[in-house]
Amino acid sequence: MRTWQPFEWIVAARFLREGRWQTVFIIGGVAIGVAVIVFMSALLTGLQANFIRRVLTAQPHIQLLPPRETVRTLRDHEPGALEDATRQAPLQRLKSIDQWLAVAEQIRAMPEVVTVSPAATGSALVIRGEANRAISVVGIDPALYFRIVALPDKIVQGGTRLNAGDILIGTELASDLGLGVGDKLRITAASGSDSVFAVSGIFDLGSKGANQRTTYMALRAAQSLLGLQGGVSSLDVTVADIYGAENVAQRITAATGVEADSWIKTNAQFFSAIQAQITANTAIRFFVGLSVAFGIASVLFVSVVQKSREIGILRAMGVTRGRVLRLFLLQGGLLGLSGSIVGSSIGAAALLLWRQLARGPDGLPLVPITLDTLLFLAALLLASITGLLAAVAPAMRAARLDPVVAIRG
Amino acid sequence: MADAAVPAVVVRLERVRKAFNVGQPAEVEVLHGIDLELRSGEFCAVMGPSGSGKSTLLNIVGLLDRPTSGLLSIGGQETTALDDAALTRLRGRSIGFVFQYHHLIGAFTALENVMMPMLGDAGFPSLAMEDRARALLNSVGLSHRCDNLAFNLSGGEQQRVAVARALAMRPAVLLADEPTGNLDTKSADVVFDLLRQVNRSQMTAVLFVTHNPSLARRCDRTIEVVDGAIVGATLVTQASAPRG
Repeated sequence: MRTWQPFEWIVAARFLREGRWQTVFIIGGVAIGVAVIVFMSALLTGLQANFIRRVLTAQPHIQLLPPRETVRTLRDHEPGALEDATRQAPLQRLKSIDQWLAVAEQIRAMPEVVTVSPAATGSALVIRGEANRAISVVGIDPALYFRIVALPDKIVQGGTRLNAGDILIGTELASDLGLGVGDKLRITAASGSDSVFAVSGIFDLGSKGANQRTTYMALRAAQSLLGLQGGVSSLDVTVADIYGAENVAQRITAATGVEADSWIKTNAQFFSAIQAQITANTAIRFFVGLSVAFGIASVLFVSVVQKSREIGILRAMGVTRGRVLRLFLLQGGLLGLSGSIVGSSIGAAALLLWRQLARGPDGLPLVPITLDTLLFLAALLLASITGLLAAVAPAMRAARLDPVVAIRG
Repeated sequence: MADAAVPAVVVRLERVRKAFNVGQPAEVEVLHGIDLELRSGEFCAVMGPSGSGKSTLLNIVGLLDRPTSGLLSIGGQETTALDDAALTRLRGRSIGFVFQYHHLIGAFTALENVMMPMLGDAGFPSLAMEDRARALLNSVGLSHRCDNLAFNLSGGEQQRVAVARALAMRPAVLLADEPTGNLDTKSADVVFDLLRQVNRSQMTAVLFVTHNPSLARRCDRTIEVVDGAIVGATLVTQASAPRG
């Protein structure tokens, strides 16, 4: 016996060692449960991160837009008078966010906000020879905008240079109009103003529609083309916690009076799918944990019955109820801890195997999985706590055993 | 003030009654007003037919069970008002048990079994505990079996380890419930001699339940329990004064 080991530890470890196969099988059961939880959690976390990355690298977390134009009846309604009037929905003109520089500064000062990028967006027509296409012009400040949308990663030809006469176009538009890097094209805005731009880069956003319609140019160029001199039609914002985006959006609206839409609101279906996945994962973890707890509890109940004579003898020798209680609680904790160590190892091995085998046609992993140390630590901690909790009932039963009855068997 | 020549009373029972299923139709009283005194260094045999209440008497003296009424003091301390934790502490420090079946813990070696009462009391093992356990095993002639698991010992050896374990806390009282009942004559003699030797050398009071009249005759006195009452007491030697 080692002098640093307390009584409870010595007896608990020896009891577990004595019930060899019983202990091996329950540790195996706990290990399988923990392995399932570790594997599933890492896989689903990887899947979600992948989905979210795909969605949020192409759009801001929050977008501020100018208020929508509404109509109201100017004439007061006279009581008792009959009136026949229709209200026509107003046209939504392209307009700037009022005092956008001050609003941007105000948002930038918020601790949750990472980047604020202004944009001037509008519709236009691109004409080249006899061909023309309707496009969406997005005027950006590249230094800020590229922090929100990783456009440089999506460039397939040319670069991301955006001087006054430069434009970035999608692969579909380039193909439709036979454009290459350095070619010129004329763009006419709805207001009638037009300018000639040179293609400085061609990008692939991964969507045919986006590659056909979206174009990027310098903010100033877009402002003058769209008739928004000095103004911006939106402020794009990224935040540190993507799941807190809706709360930040509401705070921005409250603080600035400008309508702010979070990605959670604009991608409600996607977000609810992610939430459903998280809920399903939590439910599976809960039920696996519950079955692990019941497994440990049942083995310990059997152990209490098997060891009742020893418990009686220990009690006769002056071992207190508290020590007996702790001795069985410790066995539960040890079973949980041992099972979680084995289970975490199995889970990690399965994840490494998955990473090797589950690859797409391009040779890259189907789901990018990272072996998160925190996940393993959490599994160890939760399994040990589950073991302890599962041991409460059997331990109380052991502690309450009447030594006379226990010794008599 | 106690007379220095008269050994101190270590166990005193006054009008102890024990009933089971109290207040129910099946209530049964198994001990009817037992009075008994056991003095330091006294070796007292308890005889009686099966079901007469000997084991219940021993359980009550050993603080494993509580009397329904009456007074019980151990080492001068009245116990009937003590809570479970205090009884457990007193039991661990003042009373040693040797049962008919050795009841060693199979997962531990002979040495560890003997250390167990000291470990249970202190919480952590120490070299002093190990030294004492070795000395006790040596005194019962088992120094060469220290590291054997309990189940690898013979019946007689197991019972000697159980005696060594019962002595670990230097108890004032040793309660032996038919400790030779499962042993052959030779092993039974060895275990009895061991208890007698402990009793004489350490002045440990011994309450020794037996069905064996020849062993009972070797005790200081014999009390006979029949139907839950002490019906006779025989003074065998002059080593101690019979009472109860």
